[in-house]
Amino acid sequence: MYLADSRGAAAAVAPDPGPGRRPAAVPATVLALGAVSLVTDVSSEMVTAVLPLYVITGLGLSPLGFGLLDGINNGVGALVRLAGGHLADRGGRRHKAVAGLGYGLSAVCKPLLLLAHSLPAISAVLAADRTGKGLRTAPRDAMISLATAPGQRGRAFGVHRAMDTTGALLGPLAAFAVLRATVDGYDAVFAVSGCVAALGVVVLVLFVPRHVTSVTSATAARPPGPERPTVRDALGLLRRPRLRRLTACAGLLGLTTVSDSFLYLLLQRDGDLPAHLFPLLPLGTAAVFLTLAVPLGVLADRVSRRRLFLAGHGVLLAGYGLVLSPWHGVPAVIAVLVLHGAFYAATDGVLAAATAGAVPAQHQGAGQALVGTGQALARFVCSLSFGAAWNLWGPRTALALTAAALAVSAVAAAFVLRGPEEAPV
Amino acid sequence: MSGTTGMTRTTRLVILLAAVLLLGTVGAGTVLHAAHRSGLRDQQQADGPAVRTGTVSLLPSGGRRLLVRNLAWGPHRDEIATVPADRPQGPRTASGVTCLRFHAAAGTGICLQAVHGALQDSYRAVVLDAHLRERHRFAASGIPTRARVSPSGHLVAWTVFVSGDSYAGTDFSTRTAVVDTRTWAVEDNLETFHVVKDGRPYQAADINVWGVTFADDTRFYATLATGGRTYLVRGDLTTRTLTTVHRNVECPSLSPDGRRVAYKKRVEGASPDAPWRLYVLDLRTGKETATAERRSVDDQALWADGSTLVYALPGDYGSDLWSVPAAGTGAPRPLMASAVAPAYLG
Repeated sequence: MYLADSRGAAAAVAPDPGPGRRPAAVPATVLALGAVSLVTDVSSEMVTAVLPLYVITGLGLSPLGFGLLDGINNGVGALVRLAGGHLADRGGRRHKAVAGLGYGLSAVCKPLLLLAHSLPAISAVLAADRTGKGLRTAPRDAMISLATAPGQRGRAFGVHRAMDTTGALLGPLAAFAVLRATVDGYDAVFAVSGCVAALGVVVLVLFVPRHVTSVTSATAARPPGPERPTVRDALGLLRRPRLRRLTACAGLLGLTTVSDSFLYLLLQRDGDLPAHLFPLLPLGTAAVFLTLAVPLGVLADRVSRRRLFLAGHGVLLAGYGLVLSPWHGVPAVIAVLVLHGAFYAATDGVLAAATAGAVPAQHQGAGQALVGTGQALARFVCSLSFGAAWNLWGPRTALALTAAALAVSAVAAAFVLRGPEEAPV
Repeated sequence: MSGTTGMTRTTRLVILLAAVLLLGTVGAGTVLHAAHRSGLRDQQQADGPAVRTGTVSLLPSGGRRLLVRNLAWGPHRDEIATVPADRPQGPRTASGVTCLRFHAAAGTGICLQAVHGALQDSYRAVVLDAHLRERHRFAASGIPTRARVSPSGHLVAWTVFVSGDSYAGTDFSTRTAVVDTRTWAVEDNLETFHVVKDGRPYQAADINVWGVTFADDTRFYATLATGGRTYLVRGDLTTRTLTTVHRNVECPSLSPDGRRVAYKKRVEGASPDAPWRLYVLDLRTGKETATAERRSVDDQALWADGSTLVYALPGDYGSDLWSVPAAGTGAPRPLMASAVAPAYLG
């Protein structure tokens, strides 16, 4: 379903407020994209929540070794993300079309799970689902950047991330409600998840404008006709010093960001945490992220996004320190989760907002993809090396080394990122 | 927001409402259909075995008995039920105790149960006395898969699957716990034991341990996985060590004489859907013998006696029990339909 758009519809999404009027807190497009993410995350987390149960008790399969393809998926996911960002910029801003393709692909995958009864088939469906996620991420962040006035982007990304995380927390609730009503009706969970995902696509189609135009450049004189950035142009983005520095720093800090699963494993091993509380750890991080995403986004708009991004990594460093400290038990674990959630709130949307300021409007998709992919690949390398360090020296030494590397990286990043914050787009 | 989709706000809201109604109807339809189907499972299965309520005890009585989790449709589905060992196809006596996984020996039972909560399912391991009454319960951190009681009845062990929190939830690992029912001392996670691999101390983040089988009240065997390989390990609860003794062994089951281990072996050239065959390892000589069962077995086998293995295979109502000689001779025979998690008593 694709609805025709009106003639000459490239209107500014959040028109500059007249003098004396307060600007809208968050542009409608951002709220619409937030709603799409919320609904889509309900759908995908429904599946995530019941998938282990389905595989083990529903299908009676032993899923060990199931995660082996994760490495390949990560690599493919990174490439898809770059392609998604670039394709979205081409052809006069096809952000909505490319994002819609990504959301649509993931939506189709949900009912396909009904047909997959073996681990290889389930892996294939999940890989397609991830491809959809990779495809949509950069165009979505590009649309948020374009729809928002530069001074408000921290807040806008904060609102989007908070809505996204709300969906992630609601998904498991919805899944288990269906599972209760049907007594192990996994097919019903997948079908409902597919319907919810389809609703996300409908909201995208109806409420996100087909052409999101930069609020800053819309008022200025612009060359007529769509711009068609080439691959060369996209790669040329790295010649821009500000984007190059941001990508380098996101990558450098990503190299020292231990993956969530390793952190939770360390908390459980060293934190004297009762085994049954283990599944609650990701919820703790998500709840703090959700709560702090907007306030820290607003703070980023006030002080400086890059400064907050660095401060977020300082908070992460404090979290590592707490894990390594002799303070154990449930209160210590809660403190670590608060720091971990605050780290995400101070860095995730804030990095996207900082990226938006370093890339011209017609390259927002490629720019977001570049920085996001750099960070994701660096974190993947960190996982591999952290695992190797654990094997060689044990978990605590591995974390101490990572913490030291994070401290050095943060100092280096602070040095690289000094200088003026934003430049005119 | 200006009307960039060429529709008024009202039109868009009407379309959204229509989509919500349509998708809501489809979703509600599938939920109702699934709920109806699950209701059928509570009605007595026409061609199934007779199941009646009765007293199930783990104490020695008249003859040898086989205890299983009954999977036959009807009001006693998922309950622990018993049949005489020589008449496994006969009428079943259901205990009223519901378990996902179960094992029993010498008057002690271990029952792994699901607790349905609002946010998510949680799980617990319940130690049962000879009358299947609860003696002690422990929270379990994931989905139950294996359970064993030591021959003396003093130790119990269980394994659960824990899934990661990654976007697509594909990151699975195991947790295995051992409890001494005399002191209620808990080894919460065997991964924290010292590992000696190929004669050298070894540590890794990706270690998983599952499928304990007890030799006595201090020694046991289990599977250890790391670096994409699996190993048979000999475990010692006093020294808290796991020592690798053989490669490519999953879900070991120690024979009554303690000399052989029946296990799942991942065979080359098998389809990734069905990678395992049931093998027996001679612990003294290291000789591996394939059983006559050619299908992929994903279960911790049980020794019915010194020469016969019992194991579950997928069946019409979840799974069926089969038996095959441990010596590699003969052929697999169906033992009991609609049953899983067997234990022999007496």
